[in-house]
Amino acid sequence: MSGLSVQSLCFTYGAKQALDGVSFDVAPGEFCALLGPNGAGKSTLMSLLTRLFTTQQGRIRGAGHDLARTPRKALAQIGVVFQQTTLDLDLSVYRNLSYFAALHGISGREAHDRIMAALERLDMADRAHERARDLNGGHRRRTEIARCLIHRPSVLLLDEPTVGLDAAARRAITDHVHDLTSTEGLTVLWATHLSDEVRDSDRLIVLHQGRILADGNCGALRGPTPLPDYFLTLTGASA
Amino acid sequence: MTAYLTALYAITLREALRFTRQRGRFVAALVRPLVWLVVFAAGFRAALGLSITPPYQTYITYDIYIVPGLCGMIVLFNGMQSSLSLVYDREMGSMRLLLTSPLPRWWLLTCRLIASTVISCFQVYTFLAIAALYGITFPLLGYIAVLPALVLAGVMLGALGLALSSTISQLENFAGVMNFVIFPMFFLSSALYPLWKMAESSALLHDICALNPFTHAVEVIRFALYAQTNWTAAGWTCLAGAVLMGLALWGYDPARGLLQRKG
Repeated sequence: MSGLSVQSLCFTYGAKQALDGVSFDVAPGEFCALLGPNGAGKSTLMSLLTRLFTTQQGRIRGAGHDLARTPRKALAQIGVVFQQTTLDLDLSVYRNLSYFAALHGISGREAHDRIMAALERLDMADRAHERARDLNGGHRRRTEIARCLIHRPSVLLLDEPTVGLDAAARRAITDHVHDLTSTEGLTVLWATHLSDEVRDSDRLIVLHQGRILADGNCGALRGPTPLPDYFLTLTGASA
Repeated sequence: MTAYLTALYAITLREALRFTRQRGRFVAALVRPLVWLVVFAAGFRAALGLSITPPYQTYITYDIYIVPGLCGMIVLFNGMQSSLSLVYDREMGSMRLLLTSPLPRWWLLTCRLIASTVISCFQVYTFLAIAALYGITFPLLGYIAVLPALVLAGVMLGALGLALSSTISQLENFAGVMNFVIFPMFFLSSALYPLWKMAESSALLHDICALNPFTHAVEVIRFALYAQTNWTAAGWTCLAGAVLMGLALWGYDPARGLLQRKG
């Protein structure tokens, strides 16, 4: 299948086991929430999925391409929003996006058209020439999401993209990304520790201490129990 | 190929924009060698006698001798500045953007190297223009011939900066680079005094200076300013550049490098 496939992933920092036999598949067009408390291994997993780290054991396929064997083909199909902002705050929104486009080999008229289309999709077109430093946290995040769409990826990876945002901005961004799965057919892996960002219709993976504790449809998994309680019960019991 | 050049243009433009924003960096890059030229060289002009050694064909004053070394100093400091900005980028997160590009990592790092070298060349030519106003001039052909020499020195010292940046885990550790890399490289070289002068004081120090790749970078620049080529120095500079670039690529390899060790 295309989308995202992770098989038997293990990763250690010295003696500390950060990921232990993590396996899951995310189908094309699916919104998958990776829910886990701080230190669960989400950021390590994201670093492996983006090839900032290489796998010690296991296999990752992004949009059908093996990340270890054909990393360039896989990375060309993956869009990433990191937990920490990666905007150059002294450049304008437009220049940040054109820099990114160039890193993917896109330039000239094509880059301009894609940048403007991505900004319009995120309601940021009127801020194209503002300095990134002058944007609020929510708009910076929207800029980063717009940026990761420029090379038309089929898989989006977002590592706690709403950290530090107010409730309205968080809602707007989660809505935008959910829309991308339904309108563009993008595969989304959304890492978070905030259970209110997950909808019942979403696929839910609960990661704790480097292992997957639950994997399935969120509504089906939690049943009548509110998701925060379900999550706390699950992670508390195994702690 | 177009994708590669597109990335090169974008990375160079970004570094140039960053450089123009940091006016203090540009002023410091010029003031530092000018202080050496105007103050230090003036003081030593009378004290230091220089015999005729290639590329010089007549007796020269100390301030003429020191200019190629100060050009090297600009390139050296800019290489370290580039290293500092790489560490900053890594701490601020924007390095991740570069490293997750589908273009090969060696090319992306080479682009950073080229961008840093372009800025070094601009700074050196500005310094040479001010030196000319001060009365220190070189043959016209020398101003053209020095460009490839500056590129060679810039790439070698930029590669040193890249290699260092892959081993420096925090911005705060950068002060150590000043003490343990820049100052020894600069003072244990032919930038301020010819190697034969150093040999008169200590054979050991002379040998250390002769092994220092910065010495060779300075000599490549010195000869080029007189439209000559010091092939031995050029060869050593190329070799040092290749080794340092190899170390930098190793340091930024996702399987072995710093990112993974830090977690």
